[in-house]
Amino acid sequence: MSASAIFLQLLQNVLVLLAAPLLLGWINQCRAWLQNRNGAGMLQPYRNLLKLFHKDAVLAHNASQLFRTTPYILFACMWLAAALVPVLATDLPLSPAVDVIALVGIFALARVFISLAAMDIGTAFGSLGARREMLVGFLAEPALLMVLFTASTISQSTSLITIVETLAHKQFVLYPSMTFAAVAFVMVLLAENARVPVDNPSTHLELTMIHEAMVLEYSARHLALVEWASALKLLAYMAIGIALFIPYGIAEAGNWNALPAAIALLTFKLLLAGAGLAFIETISAKMRIFRVPEFMGTAFLLAVLGLLTHFLLET
Amino acid sequence: MFASLGVSPINVILGVTVFWLLLGLGGLALQDNRIITRVIFPVGAIGSLILATAALGGLSGVDTAVLPIGLPDLPFHLRIDSLSAFFLLLLGASSIGITLFSAGYFGRMAVQELGLLCLEYHIFLASMTLVFLADDAYMFMVAWEAMALSSYFLVTTDHDQPEVRRAGFLYLLIAHVGAIAILMGFGVMQGGHGDYTFDTMRHGHLSAYWASITFFLALFGFGAKAGILPMHAWLPEAHPAAPSPVSALLSGIMLKTAIYGILRVSFDLLDIQIWWWGVVALTLGLFTALFGVIFAAVQVDMKRLLAYSSIENIGIILVGIGLTIIFHASGKEALAALSLTASLYHSINHAFMKGLLFLGTGSILHATGERHLGKLGGLIHKMPNLALFMLIGTLALAGLPPLNGFVSEWLMLQAFLLSPGLTQAYINMLVPIAAAALVLTAALAGFVMVKFYGVIFLGQPRDAGLAVVHDAGIWERIGMLCMVAGCIALGIFPTFVILHLDFVAEMLVHNSLGTSAVHSGWLMLTPIAAERASYSPLILLLIIVSGVVLTMLAVKKFYHGRLRRGPAWDCGFPEQGARMQDTAEGFGQPIRQIFEWFMGVVRKMPSPFDLHPHYHAEVHDRLWNIFYAPIKRANEAIGNQIGKLQHGRIHVYLLYSFITLLALLAFIE
Repeated sequence: MSASAIFLQLLQNVLVLLAAPLLLGWINQCRAWLQNRNGAGMLQPYRNLLKLFHKDAVLAHNASQLFRTTPYILFACMWLAAALVPVLATDLPLSPAVDVIALVGIFALARVFISLAAMDIGTAFGSLGARREMLVGFLAEPALLMVLFTASTISQSTSLITIVETLAHKQFVLYPSMTFAAVAFVMVLLAENARVPVDNPSTHLELTMIHEAMVLEYSARHLALVEWASALKLLAYMAIGIALFIPYGIAEAGNWNALPAAIALLTFKLLLAGAGLAFIETISAKMRIFRVPEFMGTAFLLAVLGLLTHFLLET
Repeated sequence: MFASLGVSPINVILGVTVFWLLLGLGGLALQDNRIITRVIFPVGAIGSLILATAALGGLSGVDTAVLPIGLPDLPFHLRIDSLSAFFLLLLGASSIGITLFSAGYFGRMAVQELGLLCLEYHIFLASMTLVFLADDAYMFMVAWEAMALSSYFLVTTDHDQPEVRRAGFLYLLIAHVGAIAILMGFGVMQGGHGDYTFDTMRHGHLSAYWASITFFLALFGFGAKAGILPMHAWLPEAHPAAPSPVSALLSGIMLKTAIYGILRVSFDLLDIQIWWWGVVALTLGLFTALFGVIFAAVQVDMKRLLAYSSIENIGIILVGIGLTIIFHASGKEALAALSLTASLYHSINHAFMKGLLFLGTGSILHATGERHLGKLGGLIHKMPNLALFMLIGTLALAGLPPLNGFVSEWLMLQAFLLSPGLTQAYINMLVPIAAAALVLTAALAGFVMVKFYGVIFLGQPRDAGLAVVHDAGIWERIGMLCMVAGCIALGIFPTFVILHLDFVAEMLVHNSLGTSAVHSGWLMLTPIAAERASYSPLILLLIIVSGVVLTMLAVKKFYHGRLRRGPAWDCGFPEQGARMQDTAEGFGQPIRQIFEWFMGVVRKMPSPFDLHPHYHAEVHDRLWNIFYAPIKRANEAIGNQIGKLQHGRIHVYLLYSFITLLALLAFIE
């Protein structure tokens, strides 16, 4: 493990932390533009976080220690997840400790904790949100894993670094398996990050909310951490998508000269992905909660199809 | 450790067995509840510790002994090899905590005839030990039956309740149907020699046809004990009926005797393995796992929920065994070793995590007297220690990193991912689908565990009686702490565990993860090669913990730290009673909705004119109607026909005897 690798890891740790709210701001801004609004500006998430960090925290009378600790655990998990995905360079020293299956495990860990915290106060909305979140979660997790398995079987490895290195060196052709996987992945991304059409991040309408219902009882610093963690999660998912489907231009191990170009290219990819997400959210309507299993089932089937296609056509 | 003292592991283990039997008899003779709970159970736990240490020493070698008891010309043969030593280790290590917990649990729980229970408990432990030690079919069956009977009596401890008696009977019945199949399997394997030692069977050569028959007899017979579909019906009845420490023994250890049996027969006693056995086992395992987890999600009784979850975990273990057979039969020894290791790892994980959760339900039951999830809630405030232990068990069972449940699932998925390249093309296609089903099971397990923990420990108490409950007692806490330590150690230090599992893999499939697993030092788990897959739970844990600490420090530094307590917000709804929360039924509703086709749901809807409307939904096991009900009906019909022969008049019976005599005479002629 070289010093430069450690520096890269630290750089990515800090970058994802700072860039995550910006990405959220960019998506919201794009959405505003697409909806013919002026929007609050790309820096609005930072202002929101700052505002929340200044407020007095209010805890429900029967909130337990679990409720108070969860935002920190959530934040740490998402930070770790976002920092692990090799998008800037391929020699991140932390990456070998966590492969793609463990990465999904970290997402699951965070989801279980936030669901438990939502049930902790014992309000109607909290447990409703927890139930729905776990529903979406157990449908999305297999789909996500199948997408990752497709990439793993192509590169004969579940290590993120190996996957990215293998895929980045492939010729730019459309693999049928990866195409299926990409569609499934976008669907999972929408569901897991509480975006339209599965959930709406800006709703507080009782009957439809999922993620917001879970975090209703959080305020001030706790809410700030939860929001920041959500932004980190979105960034982590986008990073996984970029690493799997468009890894081209990543800086190889030890290649320092490629780093500025890699950062610029990554920024461009993220901006593009954010705009795409805003576009999808603008053109689709939120679906009923009962339709979510069908939506996620489709994603799961597409991912399995992708894996089967790989075995049928590409080996 | 014992080798240096000049004592072989097998003698130590036999000594522990005898010691346990004496303890049980002592408990029966003394009939003193204080001595039984304060002395006998804790001393029995020391026996478990010695057993575990001896088994650890026995992992690397083979040791045999012949006991001069048994039938004339048929002494008991004993043998300890890597496979039995591993399962003995599982038994010893996980029963330490369970027995210590029992010391507290039975001390505070009013049990009639505690002396008898103490005897049954120790016979149960001893007979399971002998099952693992047996080296001939005769001794194996004796130990197997002793295990079945002692556990039957333990299950029916509260035999004044009719449903407990019913559960016990169902258990005994299915256990014996299974035992008959096992016996027939041994009958086939001895191959006409009349010699029932395992040694003869090992050297016998069965044709593929007879070997297949033996394998399926064993799968059926041991499957009945393990709760593999469709012989699972007893499991969700018997586990909740038993006292909680006994449930922990049943689920944590006894189900593994069946896994041991399947492994012993298919990899040790049979000298050939055929790939399609593995396909059958894999499919059966997947169905069992999915069935278990889906039904666990809709349960409202906390112990039934855990029992269904046990079915799920046994299914996952069977998936690993099936995969091992496929790989082994296709000559992929390294992959066979990987999937076998995953199976064994999951077995020992399950012993600890399910043991822990069952023990926890014991403490809850003890504090509240309530098994129904709908009457619990908010226990985290009243039972903080228990809540912490159970949280760890819950996370482990949900298969989350960095705890132990994740490690075995990770290994299992690695085995699936590395499978391409099998000779049979359609198995190559089957494997991704199987992996998908396994992943779905694992994800659903997360749902189940959130429901389990959330409804019991979080939220507001759903019953007024919960305001006065007390935390678990000191012995109970020590017992659970042992299990928690097991869960954490197995989760954080997988490379050490795998080093020991390698002996078993080496013995059964002649290959092991061996040096490659620890190639990058003990920190990284790399089952095949570092660039293919690596995982380090310790680093993961350290990063998350340091992330949490760092965030907390930063927030503390930059934040004024003011905190107020107030009523819950809940979108401003004024009414916030305990009845506003999700019930267990409500939490399981999405699963009931999605998998309705999978289970029989009977609904009673209120009509619009009901003054006191009641909504009632009941979930039924369709397999009961498919498999069990026809057998029950046929049995009754045959019974009725046979009943016609009996008139109660002596001359009719004399006539029967006369006809029989004539028939026999004619036959001899």
